[in-house]
Amino acid sequence: MSIDQISVFVENSPGRLAEVTEIIGGAGIDLRAVSIADTADFGVLRIIAAEPLRAVELLRSANCVVSVTQVLAVALKDVPGSLAAVLRVLADAGVSIEYLYAFITRKKGDAYVILRVEDNARAEKILCEKGITLVDGAEIYAL
Amino acid sequence: MDYYQREMECASREAMLDLQTKRLKDAVRGVYENVAYYRGLMDEKGVKPDDIKSLEDLPRLPFLSKDDLRAAYPYGLLAVPLEQTVRIQSTSGTTGRRVVAFYTQHDIDTWEECCARAIVAAGGSRKDVVHVCYGYGLFTGGPGLNGGSHKVGSLTLPMSSGNTERQIQLMCDLSSTILCCTPSYAAFLAESIVDSGARERIKLKAGIFGAEFWSEEMRRDIEAKLGIRAYDIYGLTEISGPGVSFECSEQTGMHINEDHFFPEIIDPDSGEPLPEGSKGELVFTCLSKEAFPLLRYRTRDICVLSRKQCSCGRTLVKMSRVMGRSDDMLIIRGVNVFPSQIEAVLLKCGYPANYQIIVDRVKHSDTIEVQVEMTPEIFSDTVKDISRKEGELVGALRSMLGISPKVTLVAPRSIARSEGKAVRVIDRRKI
Repeated sequence: MSIDQISVFVENSPGRLAEVTEIIGGAGIDLRAVSIADTADFGVLRIIAAEPLRAVELLRSANCVVSVTQVLAVALKDVPGSLAAVLRVLADAGVSIEYLYAFITRKKGDAYVILRVEDNARAEKILCEKGITLVDGAEIYAL
Repeated sequence: MDYYQREMECASREAMLDLQTKRLKDAVRGVYENVAYYRGLMDEKGVKPDDIKSLEDLPRLPFLSKDDLRAAYPYGLLAVPLEQTVRIQSTSGTTGRRVVAFYTQHDIDTWEECCARAIVAAGGSRKDVVHVCYGYGLFTGGPGLNGGSHKVGSLTLPMSSGNTERQIQLMCDLSSTILCCTPSYAAFLAESIVDSGARERIKLKAGIFGAEFWSEEMRRDIEAKLGIRAYDIYGLTEISGPGVSFECSEQTGMHINEDHFFPEIIDPDSGEPLPEGSKGELVFTCLSKEAFPLLRYRTRDICVLSRKQCSCGRTLVKMSRVMGRSDDMLIIRGVNVFPSQIEAVLLKCGYPANYQIIVDRVKHSDTIEVQVEMTPEIFSDTVKDISRKEGELVGALRSMLGISPKVTLVAPRSIARSEGKAVRVIDRRKI
């Protein structure tokens, strides 16, 4: 039930982020969600794209350093406390989260959160047991 | 004007040439008889000791390089039985490049006399307190100046390096008058002295600073901050240590102790000797050493020799400040660093050989930054993983270099290449 997240190494220099996103945008690939982790010298751009495989190929051929990571996507009601409820379930089960980012969609009332955990299978099992909906790649890419 | 050994330092040209010729012939014969390694090189070139009749015949002898020293490590260039030697010193070079040199008591005396000449040329006498904060140990800086100071009869403070607060404290309490250390440490000390308000309590009048390249601006800065005259000193472990050459009151280059170390300037590419006054690679032939008498040793240091009359009265030939290297060796905070060593660490840590070394001098202290191109193998979606790998690399470089470098991960193919070949070293130090 995991989905493909593309991570791109982005050097800290003006315009670099624009260049990377232009590679994807120029090929007509939609971005579903974007997040960046930054350090003093570089950033790690994390992307959920509509066509992950094609996006990765394009980035690699443009000499970007890219990695693909399996992450979890959880669908939530866009109401106060819904993210907290999911995190509580994971916390109580002792699952630590490396990072997360969330986005809302055109579909009114729905939100999605992308979760990066150590052990996807275990986190998935814990969430399912509590009736929390995980979304597959096809659904996210097609949003 | 005071000299430590006037008869040598101010010898007539004829007397010096006579002495050098005699010593050269003896040295070549001694090396040929006692050093199988060099005898092999001479035989290969078809040169016999009898072929060396004058200084003009010197270019017939084969060169020695750092590679020879490594090939012959540790005893291959020793010219006397081990029981006649009393000391070992070693270069500040790091892993794989270490060179050891041996000394008989006579060699130690000569070396210390050379340092004594430097101290006297800097105005030192029995009345001075010589504060030595070069490192003591395998590094020649501390032992050399320490011994020189003893020969002069000065009161010697064997401080060694580090612990700046204690350095300043003792400098004030014991009225140190002559400071011996690397120029970058002198600059750092000067700033610390000014900052701590101790400027009025120090009695320094002169400094003897070497083992690193430094600029005229740096000299003026240190002189102004400490209210002293700052003198350059040059040397290398292979030849003896500090005191191979030294500056006098004129401060326009360093007098080479040419009664012991005969200098030549060669074209670093062809190896051909260059006419007097040319800029080229400095080569030394030891004329009086017993244990480790290197002949035609290529220093890789680029400089110019001058026989212009010196106002100090010394007739010893002068060498300019070292203007560069004929190999890619860097001297960073007194430590010899070859880019190839950094490359080896990168490869060992799983990084590509695409790198660039940026050396700079910030507030008179050398800094080194290693830029490495990011690869898919090192890259991760979590910053934590990347930082951990980066930290491992910094640690591995630190244990090799002895100083902590900054590591910067850069985009693939972003390191500048000229004619397809990467520029490995950018030295921004203004020297």
